[in-house]
Amino acid sequence: MELVCPAGNLPALKRAVDEGADAVYFGFQNSTNARQFAGLNFTDKRAREGIDYAHARGKRVFCAINTYPQPDGWSQWTRAVDQAAELGVDALIMADMGLLDYAARHHPALARHLSVQGSATSHEALRFYHDHFGIKRAVLPRVLSITQVRDLAKQSPVELEVFAFGSLCIMAEGRCYLSSYLTGESPNTRGVCSPAAHVRWEETPEGLESRLNGVLIDRYAEGERAGYPTLCKGRFEVGGETYHAIEEPTSLNTLELLPELRELGISAVKIEGRQRSPAYVSKVAGIWRQALDRLERSPQRFHPDPAWMAGLGEVSEGATTTLGAYERRWK
Amino acid sequence: MPTPDMLQLSLGPVLFYWTRQRYADFYRDAADWPVEIVTLGETVCSRRRDMKLGDWLGIGRELAEGGKQVVLSSQTLIESEADLRDLRKLCDNGEFLVEANDQSALQCLSAAGLPFVAGAALNLYNPASIGVMARAGMQRWHAPVEMSRVDLSRLLDDCRAEGLEAPCEVFAYGHLPLAWSSRCFTARRHQKPKDRCQFVCQKHPEGLALRSQESREVFTLNGIQTLSGACQDLRHEVADMAAMGIAVARLSPRSEGMADIVTAFDAARRGELAPPGPLSLVEADICDGYWHGRPGMDNTRLPAG
Repeated sequence: MELVCPAGNLPALKRAVDEGADAVYFGFQNSTNARQFAGLNFTDKRAREGIDYAHARGKRVFCAINTYPQPDGWSQWTRAVDQAAELGVDALIMADMGLLDYAARHHPALARHLSVQGSATSHEALRFYHDHFGIKRAVLPRVLSITQVRDLAKQSPVELEVFAFGSLCIMAEGRCYLSSYLTGESPNTRGVCSPAAHVRWEETPEGLESRLNGVLIDRYAEGERAGYPTLCKGRFEVGGETYHAIEEPTSLNTLELLPELRELGISAVKIEGRQRSPAYVSKVAGIWRQALDRLERSPQRFHPDPAWMAGLGEVSEGATTTLGAYERRWK
Repeated sequence: MPTPDMLQLSLGPVLFYWTRQRYADFYRDAADWPVEIVTLGETVCSRRRDMKLGDWLGIGRELAEGGKQVVLSSQTLIESEADLRDLRKLCDNGEFLVEANDQSALQCLSAAGLPFVAGAALNLYNPASIGVMARAGMQRWHAPVEMSRVDLSRLLDDCRAEGLEAPCEVFAYGHLPLAWSSRCFTARRHQKPKDRCQFVCQKHPEGLALRSQESREVFTLNGIQTLSGACQDLRHEVADMAAMGIAVARLSPRSEGMADIVTAFDAARRGELAPPGPLSLVEADICDGYWHGRPGMDNTRLPAG
């Protein structure tokens, strides 16, 4: 299985490659990718440098152009596709059907991967993207149980990449408009979720409050660990109870599923976190490299090393991890 | 009867889980409402099994006899082989046009050479993707819920310039469908596992309000679906919609008072809606932000501040 790691900037890309990533993925400095953060992502020059660095070490580079081209910006998105092709990336990661069509027509030899934002959750959906746009690989949304992944994998017409570790989106990706409902900006339109420009922290007599565009997302008592106010991970009141009504602050960690994912013929495992630091990327890539190497040596006897789990726990949201939807009872 | 180029009104699928009796009563009433299109079916959760495909077809036939165009809408989040089996049956219904809400449905329909309506969650934001859909058999498309008037107006102009003439539908009334998860938030609230949810959604015929700790209605939980906390109401924009070339305004069913809502929109499209007085509609739970290029939850009709 290929280890695919996030590269939010050149130092992170190099650390990922050094620590054993088989492939890295990056985006340009605009809203054409789903991690549009200030100071993050690549200029043309930095991308060239990163691609050279990875290729010189036999590693692959994917370019994420996985937001949805907006009515006033089509040429910005096609320019990103052309630019990535010119840079010599190994694959494009895309979601928009129009843009997939454009890439298939203009750069037929360049591999197209379906982004998780393309929301393909069945082999029929994969077949659609395969037949219409010739996708080679798809990244699966984090909404399927392992049994459902198994059923899908049996009939998939394309290679599959699954999320292995990192922030957990619990909505079907690409079909979540919660962020624009509160802030006007969403993953699809702007490549952001719960964007930092709308976040306010305030100390009040009731405790530390986090707000997103004025809406109270959470309130922390003294000594409670405060997390980034991602809108689906706050505490809300439903029917008289106040709790994490949608999801707790937690990260996905599928280390223990590795033997099963391997057996299902999954081609690649993906680490989330282009917005995280080079130190995060380095640490996570290193642990997953060790895990995948051990898996290959003895797939039958694979068990996650407690030190790996502890190491991943340290860089997880809320310092806790979950198997998320892979595990039926999570639902 | 509406004039030929008048904005059409459609009833969207019921997003909530009602009892069989409530669906029956609702559609018996709807047969007499001034809507041209009725979209039927369960789009949210495969565990909501009270209504079988045959039940929807029965309701559809009655509505069709009464002159409505009937569309069957597919489940938005397809997860299992069982979901796919139900989807294929829906697509092969042999009578009614199907609204495709994900690429699984697109595959079933386009591979069979069947025409379809493209649902809002297909994310058609540009002429290129609309062109792909048109070549695959699309008859009508629903704009993404988060798209503004300005963006949509431009998109429609660009589509016309490229010869893409498929009519466009806009979500004009109701709690906005904003997200789908494999987790059931209603079952979670009732502390039941999803697989043994005991169909608690039926206790909430208009969903379950999720409020901030300051009691602001932020979202509405509806099983695995999350809707907006406020109800989008674009009744004062329908003249503008018609002028832009939007063909259909969708009204999303609610369990009470739907007849009055349809009446208001029908009046609006005829230019007979009373203009809003300064104090007339200060309903806190209304929103229209998306249409005006703002956060969806905003209500631009409220006085600023």
